[in-house]
Formats: sequence, structure tokens, C-alpha cells
Amino acid sequence: MNIHLRLNLRAILGRAYPRVIGSLREPSWIFFEILLPVLAIAAYVFIYQALEAPPEFVGFVILGGAMTAFWLNVLWSMAAQLYWEKEIGNLQLYMMAPMSRMSLLGGMAVGGIFGSSIHASATVLIGVLLFKGPALVFPLMLIPIFLVTLIALYGMGMMFASLYLMWGREAWHMASLMEEPIYFVSGFYFPVKALGFWVALSASVIPITLGLDSMRQLLFPSVAAWGLFPVEIELGILVVLAIIFPIMARIALARMENLARRRGGLTLRWQ
Amino acid sequence: MAAGADPVASESNWWNHMNYAVETKNLCRVFKRKRSRKERKQEPTKENQKEVVALDDVNIQVKEGELFGLLGPNGAGKTTLIKILSTLLLPTKGEAWVAGHNVAEDTFNIRMKINSVSGGESSGYGLLTARENVWMFSQFYDVPSKVAKQRADDLFKTFGLYEKRNQKMRTLSTGERQKMGMVRGFITDPDIIFLDEPTLGLDVNASRVIRRFVADWVREHEKKTVLLTTHYMMEAEELCDRVAIIDKGKVLVCDTPENLKKTVRRSSTLRLEIDPLKDYSKFRDIPGIRNFSKKVNPETNRSELVFVIDDEAAVSDILSVVTGEGKRIHELRKTEPTLEDVFVSLVGRALE
Repeated sequence: MNIHLRLNLRAILGRAYPRVIGSLREPSWIFFEILLPVLAIAAYVFIYQALEAPPEFVGFVILGGAMTAFWLNVLWSMAAQLYWEKEIGNLQLYMMAPMSRMSLLGGMAVGGIFGSSIHASATVLIGVLLFKGPALVFPLMLIPIFLVTLIALYGMGMMFASLYLMWGREAWHMASLMEEPIYFVSGFYFPVKALGFWVALSASVIPITLGLDSMRQLLFPSVAAWGLFPVEIELGILVVLAIIFPIMARIALARMENLARRRGGLTLRWQ
Repeated sequence: MAAGADPVASESNWWNHMNYAVETKNLCRVFKRKRSRKERKQEPTKENQKEVVALDDVNIQVKEGELFGLLGPNGAGKTTLIKILSTLLLPTKGEAWVAGHNVAEDTFNIRMKINSVSGGESSGYGLLTARENVWMFSQFYDVPSKVAKQRADDLFKTFGLYEKRNQKMRTLSTGERQKMGMVRGFITDPDIIFLDEPTLGLDVNASRVIRRFVADWVREHEKKTVLLTTHYMMEAEELCDRVAIIDKGKVLVCDTPENLKKTVRRSSTLRLEIDPLKDYSKFRDIPGIRNFSKKVNPETNRSELVFVIDDEAAVSDILSVVTGEGKRIHELRKTEPTLEDVFVSLVGRALE
């Protein structure tokens, strides 16, 4: 096998490992990653039930709650991660190693997807058991939509990770700043179309917006009218985002690394 | 290769640098620092200047198989040099080659051959065990898992950490984490390793284990090279084939410890422990003193003075200055020259 390919595959596996282990080794994740999101879901479910909304809206909320695991993972464990790696002294060891920087981010993404998938599955299970959502259908189309959404979403996380490399402490504030507005405009707990076409269209730059919208249309066909675009078009846009974001991440990372090497930004002063 | 470049000249250039494990030519590194609003209003002075020169025209050549030391006080530029050589930092001016490859252009080939360990590092993830952490880092260097695990176990044994290899990293003490850092550095079996103050803050036994390992590693492997930075002159003296003394970004001298000590051997070193004086500048006027350093021991509240003297007649003048101020001499020793004396004779202050 080509040395670069072998090296980068090993690097992806190596970097994914702490994420995979980390998501299982500490039982506290059950509380923080499942029980707390279920509380957030419960608030919306009770509102919809009080308003006598169709039962599909309960399903909307459970799906949104499950996808929250991926969004939070991308925001805090991808985008802001290189900042933390720098703080604890790992970044310089990563940057000194010969593997591609994309393998580093790829490993973080693979490990993050693994951990978040477990959390998301548990949220769906508990949500369905507690709130008794509507009967579900599982069309095959759901698989490519879900996978492309994750690739685009983690691609975006990779791109932000590159940019955050230079922002230092501001990265933390930026992630905080992004969390709630994106929750809102991406329609985690309601159909994004409710925000109006132009707001929803603008929010579609964030892959989870169209990913959620498509999955809702597929899972609850009776309320597909709430969809922003037909599923095929949303899949097309997601594919484009899934290609663009990783490419932009690669370019940004190379530039930021070079800039950081020039400015001395890959290590803290005392490292 | 750039269009129009002469391949023969380029090849020969590469071969020239291949003769050394590490080579730097007129290497400079300047850091720009943000001045505070208050500083911006003030006239630029040496203290509040916008640019800090970390390395100034550094030229060193480290041979393959050599254990080369960079000795200098804190802030001398040692770590900056290591960062440039380990491809984390670009030089502002000048060039550097590691294993024959330019640090600014050919990072992949350098990174495949090097590793680096810093004293006091606490890299890794607390949730992983020590063994998992070093395995993870080995994967970034294309080390097969089986080989990595075997090497890790051998190195954990060497550093006395074998029993704790399966403990989560966050349960390890600072010293144990530092030893884990050594295992991480050597698990990739690098051709060139940069050790940046590897024994910093470690107890005597742990420091001895690390020093012995480094010395054995470089002696047993003919082509392995170590570049060690330290501000412990005893460490440099004990381990290094050659030592470069660096201060304020400049390499002052570079030679074997023996030869460096010979430069002050014609002189003698006088160590005095006295009550603190009001004015030490009088020593500067005494003929026969090449240089001297002083530091105050806060525990005993005594001044420890080291004089490098060319003329024995200076001894009585030194003692006269001390007794003239009515101060007591607690200890007076004439010693064999050390690397610290070389440093004192060059820059006029002690290493620490």
C-alpha cells in the first residue's frame, strides 16, 4: 500500500480512537448527552401537545433532539477542538507529525460521528418510548440523506476548525455565539419553512437545516408539505455542500498552518 | 522543483546538507508582539519594543550520530530553535536543514524522521491510558500497531512506568506524564530527536534514568542523533559530544565540553559565599578578573559569587572588597572549570 495512504489511514484511526473510547468510557455521558437533550425535547413536545399539533410534530422534535448530538459535536468537538488541542499541548505534536492535517480532522470527525450516533440513537429510543411519536416509515433514501448530511456537517466543522486555529480564545466565544442562533434558524424543533423562505434558504448553508428537513419529509410523508424543497433537490444541495466544505477545510487548514508557522501560533508561548 | 532550476546544482545542494543531521545557516527568528495601549503611547524602549529577536544569526552543524547540546539560560532561544527544526515555526531569515531537507519547504520528509519531547509537557488525553496515548501518537508516524505496542511496553519498562501503563493518564503524576512523553517521543524510533529540557522539574532518580537512556540510545544506534537543550550545565557536560552555548538568541561558542573548559582552564574559578554587598560593581575594576556572576540565595540570604580570574593576584583584591565593606566570607573555593564557568566567562552572569 502507498505509504501516504497507509499513514493517513492509521492517523485517522489513531485520532478517532480517543473519541470512540471517550464516548463510552465515562458513564456521565448518559446524563449530559441523553437525559439533558430529552428534557429539551420534552419542553417542545408538551407545547405541541398542548396546541394539539399533529403527532408528526412530536416526531419532528425527537429527530431534532437526536441531531442535536451531531451539531453539538461539530461545534464543540470539531470547530473549537484545535484551540483546545493547542491549550493542552497536543496541537504541536499533531502538527509536527507527518500525516495529512485532513487525516487529523477526519479522525476527529469519524470518532465524533461514532460517539454522536450512539447518543443520537439513545435519544431517539428514549424519545419514542417516552413521548410515543407517530408511526414511522424508513425509506431507503433516508440513508444517503443522513450520510451526506453528516459529511457536509463535519466538513463544515473541519473548515471552522481550520479558521479557529488562528482565533485562539475567540474560537470559544464564536462557538458560544453560534450555538443558539443556529439551533433556531436550522429548525431543530420545528419545520424550517415556518421561518419564511428566505430565512430558511439562508439557513440552508448549514447542512443540518436541509438534512433535518429532508429526513422529516421522508419519515413523516403525511406532513411533507412542510418541507422547504423536494427531497431530491435538498439531497443535491447537500451533496454540493459535502464536496465544498471539505475542500474549503483543506485549503483553509493549509493556509492557516502556514500563517501559524510564520506567526508562531501553533504553540503557546510556554510550550 | 521550480521551472528552470538547475537539477544538478539542486542535487548537490541537497547532498551538502545530507552530511549533517541538522544544519542552520544565518538563522534568525523575530517575534512581533502586540504592544499595549499604554506602551504605544510611550517612547519605544528595549523593554517595550514591538519586535523580539529570539534567534540572531545562528549557525550550527550537528553530525549524524551526535548527541549535541544547546546550553543556555531561560529565554536564550533554545526552544525557538527546536520549534524551527521540528517544522513548527518558520525562520524569519536564514535557512535550516534537518536530515538534509529544508525546514521551510520539505516538511513531510523531515517529519517522518524526527520526534520531539519537551520537559513539562502534559500532552495526550486524560481519559486514555498511558499505553493508549502513546499508541495513538505512534499512528501518526505509520508505526504498525503491533510494533508500537511492543515498543511501548519496552520503553515503559525502561522508564519504570510499566506497572502504570494501563492507568488513565489523568491519574499519573507530573513526573510520570513526563516519562510518558519520553515513551511517546521514542516509540516512533526517530532518526533525529529533539529533547527540550527533558529533565525539567524531575526528581534526581527520574532525571538519571532519562539521562542514562538518552546516552545509551545514541551510543547503541550509530546513526541516531539527539539535539538536547538544557540549562543544567551538568547535564550538558555529562551527555553531550558537543555543546553550543546560546544566549539572547546568539550562539556564543560551540565545541566539545572538554575544549570549552580548556578555554577557561588557563584561568581559575573562584567561588565565594558572602553576606550580600551593597555594590558589586567594584569587582569590575579589579585587574585580572575575566568575568564574574552573582546570585543571591534567598534561603540563606547569602551572595554566591563566581569569578573567572586570569591572574591569581586578583584574589586578594576580591577579598579586600568584601572585607572592606565589613562583610563576612562564609565559603571560599577554587574549583576546576565547568561549563557554567565557560558561560560566566562569556556573558558575565550565571546560567540560572
